[in-house]
Amino acid sequence: MERMINHLQVADIIFLVSFIVVLTITTPIFGTYITKVFTARTLLGEGLIYRFFGIDPEREMDWRTYTFHLILFNIVGLLVMFFILLLQGFLPLNPQGFKGFPWDLALNTAVSFTTNTNWQAYSGENTASYLSQMLGLTVQNFLSAATGITVAIALIRGLSRSETPYIGNFWVDITRTTLYILLPISFIGAIFLMSQGVVQNFDPYLKISLVDPALNGKEQIIPMGPVASQEAIKLLGTNGGGFFGANSAHPFENPTPLSNFFECLLMLLIPTALTYTFGKLTNRPRLGWLIFGVMMFLFITALFSEYYFMMKSHPGFSKMGIVGPYVEGQETRFGVAGSSLFVTVSCSGEVGAVNGMLDSYLPVGGMIPFLLMASGVTFGGVGAGLYGMVAYMIIAAFIAGLMVGRVPEFLRKKLTPRDMWASVVATITSTFLILILSSIAFRSRIGVSSILNHGPHGITEVLYAYTSAANNNGSAFAGLSANNLFYNLTTAFAMFAGRFVVIIAILYLAGSFAKKKIVPASSHNLCEDSFIFGIWLIFVILMINVLGLFPALSMGPILEHLLIYAAR
Amino acid sequence: MVVLGIDRKLFMSAVIGAFKKLNPIELWHNPVMFSVEIGASILTVEFFLELLGVKKAILWFTGWTTLWLWLTVILSNFAESLSEIRGKARAESLKTYKVSVVAKKLKEPSFDSPFEEVSSIDLRKGDIVLVQEGEIIPGDGEIIEGAALVNEAAVTGESAPVLREAGSDRNAVIGGTKVVAGNVIIKITANPGETFLDKMIGMIEKAKRRKTPNEIALEVVLVSLTGLFLMVVVNFRVLSQYLVEVTGKGKPASITTIAALFVCLAPTTIAALLPAIGIAGMDRLFRRNVVALSGRAIEAAGDVNVLLLDKTGTITLGNRMASEFIPVGGHTMEECLWAAIMSSIADETPEGKSIMELAKKSLGVRSDAIPKKVKVIPFTSETKISGVEVEGQSYRKGAYSAVKDYVEKLGGTVPPELERVVSKIAMTGATPLVIVKDKDIIGVVALKDILKEGIKERLSKLRKMGIKSIMITGDNPLTAAAIAKEAGVDDFIPEAKPEDKLKLVRDLQKQGYIVAMTGDGTNDAPALAQADVAVAMNAGTQAAREAANIIDLDSDPSKLLEIVEVGKSMLITRGALTTFSIANDIAKYFVIVPAAVSPIFPQLDVLNILRLEDPYLAILSAVIFNALVIPALTPLALKGAFYKAVSPNKLFLYNVFIYGLGGIIAPFIAIKAIYHLIELFVR
Repeated sequence: MERMINHLQVADIIFLVSFIVVLTITTPIFGTYITKVFTARTLLGEGLIYRFFGIDPEREMDWRTYTFHLILFNIVGLLVMFFILLLQGFLPLNPQGFKGFPWDLALNTAVSFTTNTNWQAYSGENTASYLSQMLGLTVQNFLSAATGITVAIALIRGLSRSETPYIGNFWVDITRTTLYILLPISFIGAIFLMSQGVVQNFDPYLKISLVDPALNGKEQIIPMGPVASQEAIKLLGTNGGGFFGANSAHPFENPTPLSNFFECLLMLLIPTALTYTFGKLTNRPRLGWLIFGVMMFLFITALFSEYYFMMKSHPGFSKMGIVGPYVEGQETRFGVAGSSLFVTVSCSGEVGAVNGMLDSYLPVGGMIPFLLMASGVTFGGVGAGLYGMVAYMIIAAFIAGLMVGRVPEFLRKKLTPRDMWASVVATITSTFLILILSSIAFRSRIGVSSILNHGPHGITEVLYAYTSAANNNGSAFAGLSANNLFYNLTTAFAMFAGRFVVIIAILYLAGSFAKKKIVPASSHNLCEDSFIFGIWLIFVILMINVLGLFPALSMGPILEHLLIYAAR
Repeated sequence: MVVLGIDRKLFMSAVIGAFKKLNPIELWHNPVMFSVEIGASILTVEFFLELLGVKKAILWFTGWTTLWLWLTVILSNFAESLSEIRGKARAESLKTYKVSVVAKKLKEPSFDSPFEEVSSIDLRKGDIVLVQEGEIIPGDGEIIEGAALVNEAAVTGESAPVLREAGSDRNAVIGGTKVVAGNVIIKITANPGETFLDKMIGMIEKAKRRKTPNEIALEVVLVSLTGLFLMVVVNFRVLSQYLVEVTGKGKPASITTIAALFVCLAPTTIAALLPAIGIAGMDRLFRRNVVALSGRAIEAAGDVNVLLLDKTGTITLGNRMASEFIPVGGHTMEECLWAAIMSSIADETPEGKSIMELAKKSLGVRSDAIPKKVKVIPFTSETKISGVEVEGQSYRKGAYSAVKDYVEKLGGTVPPELERVVSKIAMTGATPLVIVKDKDIIGVVALKDILKEGIKERLSKLRKMGIKSIMITGDNPLTAAAIAKEAGVDDFIPEAKPEDKLKLVRDLQKQGYIVAMTGDGTNDAPALAQADVAVAMNAGTQAAREAANIIDLDSDPSKLLEIVEVGKSMLITRGALTTFSIANDIAKYFVIVPAAVSPIFPQLDVLNILRLEDPYLAILSAVIFNALVIPALTPLALKGAFYKAVSPNKLFLYNVFIYGLGGIIAPFIAIKAIYHLIELFVR
C-alpha cells in the first residue's frame, strides 16, 4: 500500500514538473508573439475596424484620455450586460425559458464579468440563457481580459518611454488584444477542448431516462450549450466563469486529465508570456525573466505546498485506520496532483475556475489558494498580474534605493511621492477592501446568517469571498449563501473598486513614467534585474500581503488547521 | 549621553521639547506618530473608565499599556527635539558674534572721505563703510577699495586670517568677522537680519525644515501601511467578536489589545526617527563646516554623478610655482639661476617669489648676497615683461613671444634650441618664462601648477562613489590635458569661458545627470543656480553664495566628498530603518495574535513560539520593545548609517542582511528578554 502511494507520488511530481517545464517553454514563444502584435505597424484587417468606428490609430492618448476611454468602454459594457441579464426573459436564444436576473444579481454579475472576476453568485445552467452566456458573459470574457492586457501594455509603454505625455491609443490596444491575441488562441483552444469531449451546441437540455432499474422511470436532465467556446476564453482570459455551476469539475467543461492539463496551461499562457513581453518592450530581457522567476518561485512554492497538504490524511480518518490522502472535494478524474495543480494555477492566475470543491479541502489546502489570490502577482490575471507586480517592484525599488544611498528610482527614473501613492494604492487596495468589507459582514446580521459553517471555517468562507472579489479572481469557496442583496452588493463593490481603482492608479503610473527623464546608467544605480533584488521583491510581496492578512488568517484557516491537527 | 554628544542641560531641554511636541497641532506633521497619540488618548480615557469602574477589564494591563504608548510618542519626540537642540546649540555659538558694532559710514567711497559713526544695526544695503585694522566688519559686504587680512573664525572656526581684496573674486566679507591687518572700504550688501550670519542662524535654528520630496514619498508608504494596520486591528476585533459570539468562549480582543497591536504594527520606529534623520544630516554637515541651505540639496548630493570643478583654487593651488630651470644658448646653470634671481628681485607675485626661492635654494645663496638697490621695471600690458636694472645691467623675464620681440629689438639673437625647450615645457602643462640678461637669453624657468594636497585621492574616492569629475579651465588644451592627467580627473573642458559653465551644466542635466558644482566667482553664479548641488565657497563672492544651496565655510572644494557621504548615509538610514521597522512586525504578530486569540481558542497558542505564558505581559512586552527601540536607534539616526563606496549590490545585501534579517530576529530576542524582566516585577 505504502509502496503504491510512493509510486503515485513520483508520477504526480513528474506531472507537476512537466507542467512547469511546458509553461516555461511557452513563455518566450507567446511573449514574442504578443510583442509582435503590439509593435507591428499595421495588422491585417484592423484598418477596416478603425475606419468603421472612426478611430485614428496614429493618434496617441495621454494617461487621462486613455483612462477616460477605458473606463467609459467598461461602463458601457457593464450596462449592456446588466440589461441583457435583467431582460433575458424577453430576449431570444432562451430555450429553457429562464426569467430575468433580479437586479442585484444582474448588477453583481455584470460587474463580475466586466472586471475579469467572474464571481458567480448563480449557477449558469439554471439561471442564464444562451444569449446571456454568449452576448453578455462570453463577450465580456474577451473584453475584460483585453482591458487587463491593454493596461499592462500602456504601463510598459510608459516605463520605456521618456519625456512624452503619450501612452498609446486605447482603441488600437483593445482591438489588437482581442483580435490578434485572444480570438485566435481561444479558437484553437476551443477546438482542442472539443476534441476532448467538451460540448458545443445550441440544443435544448437533454432529458434521458435512467437505466438504473432502482430509479426506474426517473429522468436526468443533461444541460447542453456552446460550452467549448466559452471554456477556452474563460481560461485564456483568466476569467473563470464557468458555463456550468460546477465549473471545470463538470465533465462537459473539463472531461479528461489531458484537458485538465491543457486548461491549466491556457490559464497561465498569457500571464507568463507577458513577463517576456515586458522584457522585450522595455529592452530589459533580464528583468522580464526576473519577474517570471519571482512569479515562478511563488508559484512553485505554492504548488508543492498545496500538493503536500492535499496529500495529507485527515486525523479523523487516520484514527479509523484509513490511510492515504484526504480527498473530499477533489474530482477523482484528476486525482490529487490534477486537483492541486488546477487550484494553484487558477488562484495564481486570478482565474477563479475550479475543478474541485475548495470548501471541502483541508484548511491549509484552502489557505494557499487564498494567499495566492490575495497577492495577485503570482502570475496573476492577464495584464493585472504584471501591472500589479510592477507596483510591488516600485515599492521594493523605493526602499532598496534608499538602502544603497540614492534618491530612489525605478528603471532609471526618479520616484516621486505621487508615484508612491499610485503604487501603494495598486498594491493594498484589495487588502483594504477585504478587511473593511469582511468587518462589515461580520457585524451585520445578514452577513453572519449567510454563513453555513460557523466558527473559524465561517471566517475563511467570508474572507475568501471578499478576497476573491477584490482581487478579481472569482473563485468561490462555497459554504456561503452569497446570492442575497448584501453579498451581491458588497462583492460587486469589491470587484469594481478592486479592478478600476487599481487600473486608474496603474495608468497614472504609466503617464507619470512616460513623462520622466531617464537617469544615465551608472554602476551605482540599483540593479532591478539582480538576483538579490529578486529575493528582496519576494520579501516585499510577502510582507505586504502577510502583514495585512495574518491576523485574519490566524482566526480562519490557520486556527482551523490547528483545531484539526492539534487535537491529537 | 556621551554617545549623543550633548551635556546635561541640552538633554533636559530636549526632554522638555519632547513634551511640548505632544501638542497635536505640532505632531500632525508626523501622521504615524499622530495616530499613535490618538491611540494613547483613547486608551487614557479607557483607563479612567476602568479605574472608575464604568468598564470592567484588567486595569493594570490597560494602565501600563497606556503609559507605554505615551512613552512611544514622547521618545519619538525626544529624538526629534534632541536633533533640533544640537543644531540650536551651534546656532547659539554663532549668535555671540552677532553683536552690534560701531560702523564708520562714509559719504563717498574714498579713504579720505569724512565719516559718521552709526550702529551696525542701522546700516542698509548700499551703504559705504570704512573698516580699519583691528575693527569688526559691521555687515556683509564687498570690498571696493583696499585689501585686508580678515579673521573669519566667527563663521568658519578657522583661526588663520584670510586675504580679502577689492576687485578680485575674494572681495566678499562677512559681518561679525574681524580685520586683522589693512584698511578697507566696504559696500554693504545685506540689510540687518538678512545677512549671511542671520540666514545661517535661522537655517540651523529653525530646524523645521520643509520635508523633502523623498521624505514625503517615504511618508506616503508609512502612512499607507499605518492605514492598513488600522483596518487590520479593526478587522481583528470584529473577527474575535464573531468567534466569541459563535463559540461562547473567551472574550473578544479588548480595546487595549487592539491599540497595542496597532501601535506595534504601525511603522513607528522609522516614523519616529524620520525628522531626526533629516535634521541630524544637516547638523553633521555643519560640524564639518558645511551649511546646507536645504535638505533637498543634501539628498541630491547622494545622487550626484557629475562634479564640475574649477581648475584654479580647486584642483591646483591658486598660484603656479617654479619647478625647473633650463639654461639655453650655452649658458651654465649657475648663470641661469643668478639671472632668474636678479630678474625676480622686485617681483612680488607668488610666481616671482617661488622663482626666487627655488633659485636661491638651488644656488645656495643667502638673501644678503642679493643687491638691494635696483631700479624696478614693472610688468605692463604693452611690454608683457618685467625685471630690474641693477649695477648697469638689465634683467628681464617674460613669456616666450614677448621676450623674443624684446631681444630682437635690442639686436640680440635667439638661441636655436629655445623654441624646443619652451614648447617641451608647455607640453607638460607648465608655463615657460624666458630670462634675459641685457640682450642675451640665459635660460627658461618652468612654472608649474601645483596640485592641491590629496586632491588625487579625493577624486579617485569620488570615482568609486560613481561620481565623474570634469575640470573646467581657461588653459589651452595641452596644459589642461597634462593637469587633468596628473590630478586624475575624468574629463576636462579647456579654454572655457565663464558662460560655458552654465551651458555645460544645462547640457549635462539634459542628459539626465545630477550635476554638482563648486564655485566662488561671480561669473559662476548662473551655473551654480542651475546645478542640482551647488557648493559655494565661503571665500567666494556674495553672488556665488546666493546662487548656491550649500556653502562650504572652509572654502575647500573637495568637501563635496563629505557632502555626498552625508547625503548617502542619510538616505541609507531611512531605508534601513524602514526595513527594520517592517521586519519587526513578524515577531510582534507571533507575540500578540496568539496572546489575543488563545483565550477563545487555546489551540492557537501553537503560534506563541516564544512561549510567553501570560498573554497580557506578552502584549505589554511587545509594546515596551516597540517604545524602547526608538531611543535605542536614536544614535543611529543622528550618526547616520554606515556608508562605504562599494558596489550597490554589496551595499544592498549588507543592509538587507543587517536591518532586514536583523529586524526579523532582534525583536524575538528582545521581547523574550523584556517579558522575563517585567515578569520579575509582577510576580
